[in-house]
Amino acid sequence: MGPYVLRRLLILIPSILGISVLLFTVLSLAPGDPFEELATNPNVPPAVRAALRAKFGLDDPIAVRYLRWLLAMLKGDWGFSFVSRVDVDTLILQRLPTTLFVIGSAQILALLVAIPVGVYAATRPYSVFDQIASTFAFIGFSLPPFFTGLLFILVFSIQLDWLPFVYRADIAATGWRWYVEHLRQAAMPVAVIGLFLGASLTRYVRSAVLDVIRLDYVTTARAKGLAERVVITKHVVRNALIPVVTLVALQLPGLFGGAIVTEQIFRIPGIGSLLISSILANDTPVVMAVTFVFACLVVIFNLIADIVYGWLDPRITFR
Amino acid sequence: MAGSTLASPSAEIIALAPARARPFSPGREAWRRFRRHRLALAGGVILIAMALAIVLAPLFWKVAINDIDFTARLNGPSWSHPFGTDDLGQDLLARMLYGGRISLSVGLAAMSVAIVVGTIIGAIAGMSRGWLGSALMWLTDFFLSLPLLPLLLLVIYLFRDALRAMFGLEGGVFILIVVVIGGLRWMPVARLVRAQFLSLREKEFVEAARALGATRTRQVVRHILPNALGPVIVAGTIDVAAAIILESTLSFLGLGFPPDIPSWGRILYDAKDYLDIAPHWALFPGAAIFLTVLSINFVGDGLRDALDPRRVM
Repeated sequence: MGPYVLRRLLILIPSILGISVLLFTVLSLAPGDPFEELATNPNVPPAVRAALRAKFGLDDPIAVRYLRWLLAMLKGDWGFSFVSRVDVDTLILQRLPTTLFVIGSAQILALLVAIPVGVYAATRPYSVFDQIASTFAFIGFSLPPFFTGLLFILVFSIQLDWLPFVYRADIAATGWRWYVEHLRQAAMPVAVIGLFLGASLTRYVRSAVLDVIRLDYVTTARAKGLAERVVITKHVVRNALIPVVTLVALQLPGLFGGAIVTEQIFRIPGIGSLLISSILANDTPVVMAVTFVFACLVVIFNLIADIVYGWLDPRITFR
Repeated sequence: MAGSTLASPSAEIIALAPARARPFSPGREAWRRFRRHRLALAGGVILIAMALAIVLAPLFWKVAINDIDFTARLNGPSWSHPFGTDDLGQDLLARMLYGGRISLSVGLAAMSVAIVVGTIIGAIAGMSRGWLGSALMWLTDFFLSLPLLPLLLLVIYLFRDALRAMFGLEGGVFILIVVVIGGLRWMPVARLVRAQFLSLREKEFVEAARALGATRTRQVVRHILPNALGPVIVAGTIDVAAAIILESTLSFLGLGFPPDIPSWGRILYDAKDYLDIAPHWALFPGAAIFLTVLSINFVGDGLRDALDPRRVM
């Protein structure tokens, strides 16, 4: 297990480097000067502008600029926001926990829905329950998160008036009240992302269990006289979960996409809504940094998925 | 042997003739399987009806999409405005018919980009036995692990103004969205095509073609690619749905089409602040996106059953 984890960690480095090269290429291919806002200001005379360009090295060859940018990023110097005049890293660190909380809860909700429903449907293939579950799964992943979010607001906030539709980071309450308020405001965003992910995951779980349940060792386990519940939980599900972990990892980019949309709908102060607002405000350093953080998060969660994969299926750690 | 005459121009006819005589040609067999999937059939019917409505209805429904009428602001559905009106009194039915054309053409065009790029990369990776194949697969895996939406937003943010200046407002945004969505959705197709190529290129009929002196291009185009297309078609169908969702998402975030080009996502974006007083404004475009995507997904599911001959039903 140790060398395996180490190998995975080493793969992390070229991935993150690749992402940084890609982002920097996109940025430098972009027409116009991303720092035009400062450079075209009529109050800045041309000589000062040229001096500024030279000082920031904007006229250097692209490889030099890339290396300088990379070193700065590694040193933790992520620049500062044009709009809010705050260091980009403090801005992101303020908002990251909210995003991680919403995304994490949504992923847990998705697994809590998908695994029991998928397993139950697969043990009774083509039954009424299976057909209803698969129809709902289809409906679930055909409903785009932005529409589900609006529907939830319409039903639960406007019609029934049960849940608040604006997410607040600063709830003025303590103790139990704080937790209750937090749950109430997180319920809709988490449900929107969780159900969207859970729907497609249910189908994967079902087919993964169907693949495993026909194998001989399952028949053997039944023949030994084990209870059906033990056969399913101990023999089938553990093996069926191996491909599911891969699929959870493959869904991660989608998870972050869903997070951006729901953060925008419910006004959650996370990095997704930070990305949108800085795009609308032409705040290039923040846009670059947030995109980079999203990409790194996907890579890191992929690493976690790989490690879980190695734990579920010890064979692959000896490859 | 029939295989050796295939190079002649009459090969098509020879291939078709027995197909008509026998009751179970691959095409008819696929149709028979597809028909069994009732939901897929229903999805297909809904899609065709929607496409017809989008193409034909503007001939009958002659209200302009930007007809401003302040006496009819935020009206619910009525006979003069079957889908109601928005905050400027613009007719929602006309706007949605227009938006449908945008959404469906973005979906189809982005799918074509994704399929062409994916097939080319997958085919090269599947045919090469050296470093090129593994390099391309590394690239595919790398792209697969990129966060799609943030990257889309970044590219649109950086290139929007330049393309708008080059191709005009509508064309620029359309080209940008299609190319970017297509350019970030090719990876599943590439993996599918590569996997198919790896097994097909070792099959006897390809070996026979190789032995008869067929060039590499000919082996790929005439012998391997047609046999690898089944899963690609299924993936392409799903890609249309994904592209429609992505386009709507971008427009919904206010970063896709501008307000004078009412794609379905854009109508939703405009409607979301009036949810409490005019829910119909958001419900119609949302339901349209949902229905389209659901139908496409069902059709894709039906095609998967129909085009995979290995699966015994």
